[in-house]
Amino acid sequence: MPTRRRALLILAALAGLAVLSIALALMAGSINIPISEVVSALFGTQESMAGEVVRSLRLPRALAGFACGGLLALAGSLLQVLLRNPLADPYVLGISGGAGVGALVALLFGFGLAGINGSAFLGALAAMLVVFGLAHGDGSWTQTRLLLTGVIVAAGCGAMVALMLSIAPDEKLRGMLFWLMGDLSQANDPGLVLGVLAAVLLLALPFSRELNLLTRGADMAQTLGVQVNRLRRGVYLAASLATAAAVTQAGSIGFIGLIVPHLVRLAVGNDQRLLLPASALAGGSLLVIADTLARTVIAPQQLPVGVLTALIGVPAFLFLLTRDSQRRR
Amino acid sequence: MNRDAPLLETRKLSVGIGDQSFCRDLDLTLHAGERLAILGRNGAGKSTLLSVLAGLRAPQAGEVRIGGASYAALGARKSALIRGWLPQARGDAFASTVLETALVGRHPHLDRWGWETEKDAKIVRDALAAVDLAEFEQRDIQTLSGGERQRLAIATLLAQAPRLFLLDEPIAHLDLKHQIAMLELFAGAARDCGAAVAMVLHEPALAWRFCDRALLIHGDGKTETGPVRAMLTVDRLSALYQYPLQALESDGRVSFMPR
Repeated sequence: MPTRRRALLILAALAGLAVLSIALALMAGSINIPISEVVSALFGTQESMAGEVVRSLRLPRALAGFACGGLLALAGSLLQVLLRNPLADPYVLGISGGAGVGALVALLFGFGLAGINGSAFLGALAAMLVVFGLAHGDGSWTQTRLLLTGVIVAAGCGAMVALMLSIAPDEKLRGMLFWLMGDLSQANDPGLVLGVLAAVLLLALPFSRELNLLTRGADMAQTLGVQVNRLRRGVYLAASLATAAAVTQAGSIGFIGLIVPHLVRLAVGNDQRLLLPASALAGGSLLVIADTLARTVIAPQQLPVGVLTALIGVPAFLFLLTRDSQRRR
Repeated sequence: MNRDAPLLETRKLSVGIGDQSFCRDLDLTLHAGERLAILGRNGAGKSTLLSVLAGLRAPQAGEVRIGGASYAALGARKSALIRGWLPQARGDAFASTVLETALVGRHPHLDRWGWETEKDAKIVRDALAAVDLAEFEQRDIQTLSGGERQRLAIATLLAQAPRLFLLDEPIAHLDLKHQIAMLELFAGAARDCGAAVAMVLHEPALAWRFCDRALLIHGDGKTETGPVRAMLTVDRLSALYQYPLQALESDGRVSFMPR
């Protein structure tokens, strides 16, 4: 039986994991900084090279990574409920495809970082509105229709991305590929994404028991007292904005939004009151750890973190799938 | 909610899909303690009518009131405290335990930030015991058989504790023992707790035994309603199912056999 006490205990443990992952990210890198110096760099005022590295390089990147991972995992759990499909992920509705098109256009025309972010966000919004408008056209809402529209829009965006990659000059290709693979090295302004993460979580939590009902089907939820259409629109909007914010900041980092809600659901059950905040914490921690690995495995060279999450995510997911099918036999 | 108002009332209700009309100008009232059986051929519109009665679909014309008020006036949450609906088909996308599944029935009784209390758990455990699922609390719903899932859905509905039960084939997938047990359960809710029950049934003999009124839906817009003894006759049922039937009486009960 779900209780508030159990939920708080699990969330406290996950918050501990989050703190640990960020501490690790602050300590590890091309120069290793012991924890005592990290603490004095964070809370003290003394000037040192290590303090500078921690405060202005590693901390913003770790926090931005945490926020992006949290946003992707949160968007993933919301979309899995909305589509009633445990295999849905934040990218299934074409939002990252739209962001990709936007970002590549900006890269192709040589915009600065702000221009790339702005253009990616506009692309994500455009894809979101197109999918929502087409799927919602006559007022009826079916999961299949939403899913198919999203998949088709994503495919269209993929084609445009491929087109731009094929006509882009060689010196721009590397930047474009890194963006597409998901990369946190440009993420140095965590304030906005952290704010979006907090806002989406605070907006979703009061509705989490209603989301539990939505997993039982729209009609069931309606007869148990949920205003289904309003809730679905809200979930779609919240998940889309969360995805757009994360993708804009960090590019399309794969598998966090699919794997994390799935793992958390296996571990703690499918109660959204616990699943939503737990996914956010676990997703944030996982991305921070993956990014730390991406910075350190072949240091001083950096890997795009999206490659690492996919390398971890694919076998983990295949393992879960085969285990699931064996258990049900 | 107005205590004296009928639990279910339709005025000039017309229901249909596209050009096909299932009922026209239906006036129906269901008071506390009454049990209505809805009978008709496949595709005659029984489930569509039931979902209109449950406030899930808009009628083509006319209105539905529960406890004296319309669904729009009550809002989703207050409606959920009055009427409960048992759907015909269910899909469970996610794994979940039997206890957690039945607990969702308590949703309308909890406030926005509330968690289920021991009292809610007791209500749910009683509901599970009532449908013979007491030992199944911790089982994953995806390992249940069709009949067990049907009984779990009934337990969820009992946990919701509505006053108006709208049941779409409540005994589908159930074995004989549980068919009778579930119908006894709803008849008991009507008799002892002042509930009203409207249920879609495919077995006229069970309708005859467990309901006091019947609504026959012919599928072409024609409907008949009245006491079971007047409605469930060989002639009417043969016309309704478009197949000749004969009545067999024993122990004061009637059953209907296809010829």
